[in-house]
Amino acid sequence: MSATPHLDAPQQAGKILLEVRGLTANVAGVQILKGLDLTVRAGEIHAIMGPNGSGKSTFAKVLAGHPSYELTGGTVLFEGRDLLTIEAEERARAGIFLGFQYPVEIPGVTNSAFLRLAYNTVQGARGKDELDPLEFDDFIREKMKLLDMDPAFLDRSVNEGFSGGEKKRNEILQLATLEPTLAILDETDSGLDIDALRVVANGVNSLVRADNAFVLVTHYQRLLNYIVPQYVHVMEGGRIIKTGGKELALELESRGYDWVLDEYKAAQHAALNSPVNDSEDNPGFPPRPPFPTPTSLV
Amino acid sequence: MTTAVHPYIDSLLTGSAITASPHPWLDLRRGAALERANALSVPTTRDEDWRFTDLTQLTRLQLKRASAAGTVPKEVLDACAVPEAGARLVFVDGFYTPELSAHASDMRRYDGPERRVLDRTSGFRSSTAAEVFTRRSSDVTVMPLAQALSARPAALEPYLTRVASFEQNVFAALNTVHLRDGAVVIVPPDAACDKPIHLLHVATQPGTVAYPRCVVVAAQGSRCTVIEEYVGLAGEPYFTNAVTEIVVSASAQLRHIKLQREAAHGFHIATCSVEVANAASFASQTVTLGARLSRYELNVALGEGAGADIDGLALISGRQLADTHTLIDHAQPNGRSAQLHKTIVDGAAHAVFNGKIHVRPGAQLTDSAQQSRNLLLSDKATVDTKPQLEIFADDVKCAHGATVGQLDAEQLFYLRSRGLPDRAARNLLTYAFGASVIERIPVRSVVARLERAVMARTGATA
Repeated sequence: MSATPHLDAPQQAGKILLEVRGLTANVAGVQILKGLDLTVRAGEIHAIMGPNGSGKSTFAKVLAGHPSYELTGGTVLFEGRDLLTIEAEERARAGIFLGFQYPVEIPGVTNSAFLRLAYNTVQGARGKDELDPLEFDDFIREKMKLLDMDPAFLDRSVNEGFSGGEKKRNEILQLATLEPTLAILDETDSGLDIDALRVVANGVNSLVRADNAFVLVTHYQRLLNYIVPQYVHVMEGGRIIKTGGKELALELESRGYDWVLDEYKAAQHAALNSPVNDSEDNPGFPPRPPFPTPTSLV
Repeated sequence: MTTAVHPYIDSLLTGSAITASPHPWLDLRRGAALERANALSVPTTRDEDWRFTDLTQLTRLQLKRASAAGTVPKEVLDACAVPEAGARLVFVDGFYTPELSAHASDMRRYDGPERRVLDRTSGFRSSTAAEVFTRRSSDVTVMPLAQALSARPAALEPYLTRVASFEQNVFAALNTVHLRDGAVVIVPPDAACDKPIHLLHVATQPGTVAYPRCVVVAAQGSRCTVIEEYVGLAGEPYFTNAVTEIVVSASAQLRHIKLQREAAHGFHIATCSVEVANAASFASQTVTLGARLSRYELNVALGEGAGADIDGLALISGRQLADTHTLIDHAQPNGRSAQLHKTIVDGAAHAVFNGKIHVRPGAQLTDSAQQSRNLLLSDKATVDTKPQLEIFADDVKCAHGATVGQLDAEQLFYLRSRGLPDRAARNLLTYAFGASVIERIPVRSVVARLERAVMARTGATA
């Protein structure tokens, strides 16, 4: 048995962008992530699925550097660089993007000023030219066409009074504006009707390149009809317990999650009774690295 | 002259003997004010209305009135320019300064050629009277008090020193005793004054006290915007003790914008009393940035069916204290008032807000809403906010709320996740908190100026 089935994925693997090993994290003293492993290479689209409370959103926020989570163990390398020791804003400038499940409303800050500030900050960090307000206006209007967004959104306060669908489009607009290397989209499909879903998916698809990667966190298979992943991971109890190809999503849709959990428990049981615990054949249980000194983001 | 009960007031009354003027009614009022000033003491923190505002430092100052206006650098005036304004009166250290003012007298005197002369001397670009006033422009009065007293005494007598009570207000009493210079705006019936009138007070001399007075009378059906601005240049303590009297007659609309940008060591105590007649509307927008200690008392009395929109923003830091006391008096039925007071407090600064809504018996169907929103940016910053509803009518709608908070952690993370440094994200959110008050000011250049001032204060860049 193997947790890494044969996949009809691209033959020549891209370079590793994200390497997560044994990640553990607490929120308010409760352990949410319990040893998560994930490798994402350039050119790949990954989907992370799983029941409520499995730790999907926590993982997304931890990658983006949310200060409310206490990291207790494991490593996260982004393009070979230790991600856990740098602040959220440095991660953004390094090329990490989190599409929020619940985009935050910021009354008093116009969307255009916010987008320009973010764009220029990230561009500046990459050693590229910043745009003045007029240049940026042309730039952003082109991006908005891609998402079928009314330019009137530029003059409104960030997300304030936006519908659920408008907020999600605004997230993808930021994605298109910042052009990250690794985008983590947390429940981007929730709250979208089918037309909005198609628009958002088209927007994401147009941004897929050989040198970037996407991690889609989602409850439902629906999104994956439009944005097709090479890998589908099932998350449960704070770790990834199964990885498959895009067809796994369909199987999950029809059979639910319980069978995956049962399969995992059986494997765990077998492993415990196996004479050789650290067998190469048992990738579901990699030997734990010794815990480093807990790293706090704050 | 009797001796004041308080030595500080006594010192401020030195040389204030009231000599007979051509206006006996005014001499009588000033005499009455002198009596009250002698009888009243300086408020202390034992007085409920001054619990948080300790005037000890002010009473230790040796202050006298300036003997003449100081000089104001051109760049200071330029920095205060309101290009939209139809008129500007400038007062320096309490003295009306005609050479810095524009459309300074009865506005019909200013036609094209004269305006150009003014432009050359003051650097103030303004329009002609015809552009300023769309209707009956020739009758609008914007002039210094002394001139108005001789030109329009009958128009002033019912209001000057009568709208703002000095019976229990020692600072209003002192201002009245020392009444000398001030600004008078009289808008005749049904005149629409579309360009704002800018009244600029500049303090340049340390150790001085000035007593500015402003009287605004908007006659029935008229419309007008007045910007009252206080700027300080002195590097040492000084004191501005101002009184503003506003009358909004039936069906008139008046907007009063007050910008308090006194210098860091300045003391600013001001009273503004407003009478809003039946079906009239009054809008007040106050932005407080300056002064070591400031106190603003705004009293608004509403007639039947009258409305008031009262906005305030105080942005203070260091060891500043900004105290705002407002009273909205619903004296008649069908009145409406909406108040939003915000404070942003950094360093060891202290903001005080006391907002009283008084609904008198018979003021049925009053609709009143008041919000006090306070943002604390440091552990040492403090705010004391006290909304007070006193309702004596039974069919009214009154809502009020007060919040004191810090910057929202989720908003901060959202901005940082888009690459903004922590400091920039905090500054942007701080600015945004105040922006809702600033952006409601319908004078573009004032909004832009305040945006710059607030950003300079917070260090924001957007």
